[in-house]
Amino acid sequence: MKVSETTEIEIFRYLPDKDNEPFFKSYEVPYREDWVVLDAINYIKDEIDGTISYRWSCRMGVCGSCGMMVNGEPKLACSTFLKEYTLGKIRVEPLQGFPVERDLIIDINDFMEKLKAVKPYILRKEEDEKPIEEGEYLQSPAELARYKQYTLCINCMLCYAACPIYSLNSEFIGPAAIALAQRYNLDSRDQGRNHRQEMIASHEGIWECTFVGECSVVCPKDVDPAAAIQRAKVSSTIDWFMKIIMPLSKTK
Amino acid sequence: MVLQYDIVIVGGGGAGLRAAIAIGETNPKLNIALVSKVYPMRSHTVAAEGGAAAVIKDNDSFSDHCLDTIGGGDWMCDQDAVEIFANEAPKELIQMEHWGCPWSRELDGSVAVRPFGGMKIERSWFAADKTGFHLLHTLFQTSLKYNNLIRHDEWFATKILVENGRCQGITAIEMRSGDLKVIAAKSVIICTGGAGCVFPFTTNGSIKTGDGMALAYRAGIPLKDMEFIQYHPTGLPGTGILITEAARGEGGIIVNNEGHRYLQDYDLGKPLDIKDPKHPVKKSMELGPRDRLSQAFIKEREKKKTIPGPFGDVVHLDIRHLGKKKIDKKLPFVRELTKNYVGIDPVYEPIPVRPVVHYMMGGIDTNIDCSTNLPGLFAAGECACVSINGANRLGSNSLTEILVFGARAGNAAAGFANEHSEIDIKALEKQRDEEFKRITLNFLNKDGGSERISTLRKEMHQVMEECVGIFRSESGLKEASNKIEELKDRFSSILIEDKSLNFNTELTSALELENMIDVAEAIIFSALSRRESRGSHQRTDFKERNDENFLCHSLAYRTDAESRIEYKEVVITKWPPGERVYGKEE
Amino acid sequence: MTTYRKPVSNTWWLERKQYFFFVIRELTSIFVAGYCLFLLFIISEISDGQEKYTLLILSLKSPISLVLHFISLPFILYHTITWFNLTPKIMKLQIGEEIISEKLIVGLVYISWGILSLIIFWLILGV
Repeated sequence: MKVSETTEIEIFRYLPDKDNEPFFKSYEVPYREDWVVLDAINYIKDEIDGTISYRWSCRMGVCGSCGMMVNGEPKLACSTFLKEYTLGKIRVEPLQGFPVERDLIIDINDFMEKLKAVKPYILRKEEDEKPIEEGEYLQSPAELARYKQYTLCINCMLCYAACPIYSLNSEFIGPAAIALAQRYNLDSRDQGRNHRQEMIASHEGIWECTFVGECSVVCPKDVDPAAAIQRAKVSSTIDWFMKIIMPLSKTK
Repeated sequence: MVLQYDIVIVGGGGAGLRAAIAIGETNPKLNIALVSKVYPMRSHTVAAEGGAAAVIKDNDSFSDHCLDTIGGGDWMCDQDAVEIFANEAPKELIQMEHWGCPWSRELDGSVAVRPFGGMKIERSWFAADKTGFHLLHTLFQTSLKYNNLIRHDEWFATKILVENGRCQGITAIEMRSGDLKVIAAKSVIICTGGAGCVFPFTTNGSIKTGDGMALAYRAGIPLKDMEFIQYHPTGLPGTGILITEAARGEGGIIVNNEGHRYLQDYDLGKPLDIKDPKHPVKKSMELGPRDRLSQAFIKEREKKKTIPGPFGDVVHLDIRHLGKKKIDKKLPFVRELTKNYVGIDPVYEPIPVRPVVHYMMGGIDTNIDCSTNLPGLFAAGECACVSINGANRLGSNSLTEILVFGARAGNAAAGFANEHSEIDIKALEKQRDEEFKRITLNFLNKDGGSERISTLRKEMHQVMEECVGIFRSESGLKEASNKIEELKDRFSSILIEDKSLNFNTELTSALELENMIDVAEAIIFSALSRRESRGSHQRTDFKERNDENFLCHSLAYRTDAESRIEYKEVVITKWPPGERVYGKEE
Repeated sequence: MTTYRKPVSNTWWLERKQYFFFVIRELTSIFVAGYCLFLLFIISEISDGQEKYTLLILSLKSPISLVLHFISLPFILYHTITWFNLTPKIMKLQIGEEIISEKLIVGLVYISWGILSLIIFWLILGV
């Protein structure tokens, strides 16, 4: 239980307008039982140092803006309570594995391009399209359950920060993008798996993953991208065998 | 250098993305720019939880949806707009389903619906309790299909450019470089959302600062019905985090410090036993309209029947009787939020809640085609006021609204762009230079300055909370109006420590505060002028609804001093003004 | 406008304990592969007749063989346990709307291992 009234927050600063080298700056903030790391950073910006830049919005773990490294672990600043850190100072850094634009703001363009590259939308053959007047595609609760977990991704990129492969090789498509592809592949309304395989079953796709598993551990929404990737490996391997055994049959 | 597009959309939430997709579908040759101060998946649509309303059941009708909405809005809704809304709602939600939205389903695979406040029959489609999240991500992912849509993420719009009596574009700061860019366009659609951050205690995220409303206000467009602010009855104490109305739709009850379901004392019907298969009764008790429930809380607090807590008084929302299975299936996010932010598991304990600012019924004045009175400028979503919500919005109407009117705005803007091709590039460049000077002089290169942004913001928050809350009075509103004028003056002494160009969030915070002060001014003067009580605008000095003088929309125009308030008729087609009835057999 | 990239050191796998244990897990596959080859060698030796078999058993009891076995066993066990625990990530079982819990799948895997081990012990000790 924290006894003192204040706590020390050390924040990674990078001001490319002034200096090419980053540095750390320490701030003393009030310690409050119900405060999260985001509250502390907001306090610093409001009262102590207006020059600190970071992303945030919803404060409830659903917009995915505020991903940061807190004492070396990828976390959402709005869902990480100060009371979890009772010893010493709290060190806040930008998410691992991404280029830093300024202070805690990372460049996420690579991630955005990867999201687009996996074709994350319903693809159907034209002859199978249903007009709006005929109503919804029927989907049973069991069919919904097949992919539902993968719909929960808030694009916070904590999984990319936790993945050592992504830090070593930013060509890797990464956990969230592959989980998103699987979300559509497993959706009973989608017929587009073949269109996504080129990206997913490539060197930079699922086969770059060595199943460290940390992505699923840090995911704040239990999306379980590691499972999405391993199962994609299984289904891609089955595809490969099927092509050898039955070269003329079509996969989905 | 001027960037040129056929259409610019400001705001990348549900309405903005829907507008973009509508144009992409019908006019693939038009170039669209989607300009947003955040990446689209961060837009606040993502936080909406409960559901989106559209008629789907056999025993339901468009007429019922209209009447529920109009009654819910205390007869301030424009009925032609409401009729269009109710008619187009089911098509929009089915379109979302075709685009992949994971609606919750019945056993036979058809889309499921649940009851919601103020609605006679179940018509709220839902995706667990993260409907807004799923809608936004479906829209964002679908938008990636369109090659004619170019996104400018993290560009902060600062001005609507008017040339020759027409809207011809915007200026925006590219946050990464700090460059002030000018984007010329034949049509501009504003989809920037509401302004809950004008108040200290809100469900809204930090980005909801009314930017588009302020931009339109400064361009001479009136803001309509700004005095109508919705308080959601169940927000978590301290953070204001939203606990969806769906918790009550599934059967949750609200009790005071005596365990008494106090809503029955406020003309909202008689409670049924929670085990009764007919509970919850629609349009009754906990499924009454939001304004009445929030007002009941204030009255209970005056009677000292609320429960004191570390963040002020609360009441209890009890969903324990729903059982763990139902909660995990239909309200999993509610369970996650209460466990994380108040340390309570709603399966075993009641949830402490209090009313929180949630939604703005008012906004940029538009007609049913989402056009403003400035040719070439359109608006849709929470930032606009068509009006379908009148004096109080029913839960789950807003998510449908952004889709119906997002699409309509997109189509209207495309039509306008196809008919108006001339843009005055030189004049726009000149306007950009002037805007550059304004921002540099007043913000970046400012010397001195003594007022911290947070100080001015806190003072604005304090006066809005105390004087422009659920119950208002002439003296309180006058105090608020004086304060807001004072803050406008003091704003000129604002202190900006950050002089850098690259990702200067202190600059954007200051610009947001400037926007919020403008929006607050419109709210206060609209509230002062409306000398009646209707829906979510309650005056302790004018307690009754006054159809004779005030069955009309307020229009707040910007002047050099206080807002100028004018009035505009409410469109009445089929439903003459009546009494709002809740808790009684129909 | 320059961005900053934090350099990744060659000892990245020492910086977090989860990464360290991952690398250990990957290294254990050397022992598993090695022992598979060894088993194949034993099988080929056994099929060469009684004399070779007796020599083989003697060499298995040598100090070097025992040391190698003592080192290999914990690594192979570690490999087995980590991969058993990861099975639910690879294999998802869904019955109707319900997804079988991860703990249940892991439990089933351990139970199957137990049963197979018992059968093998019975074969070795019983026959």
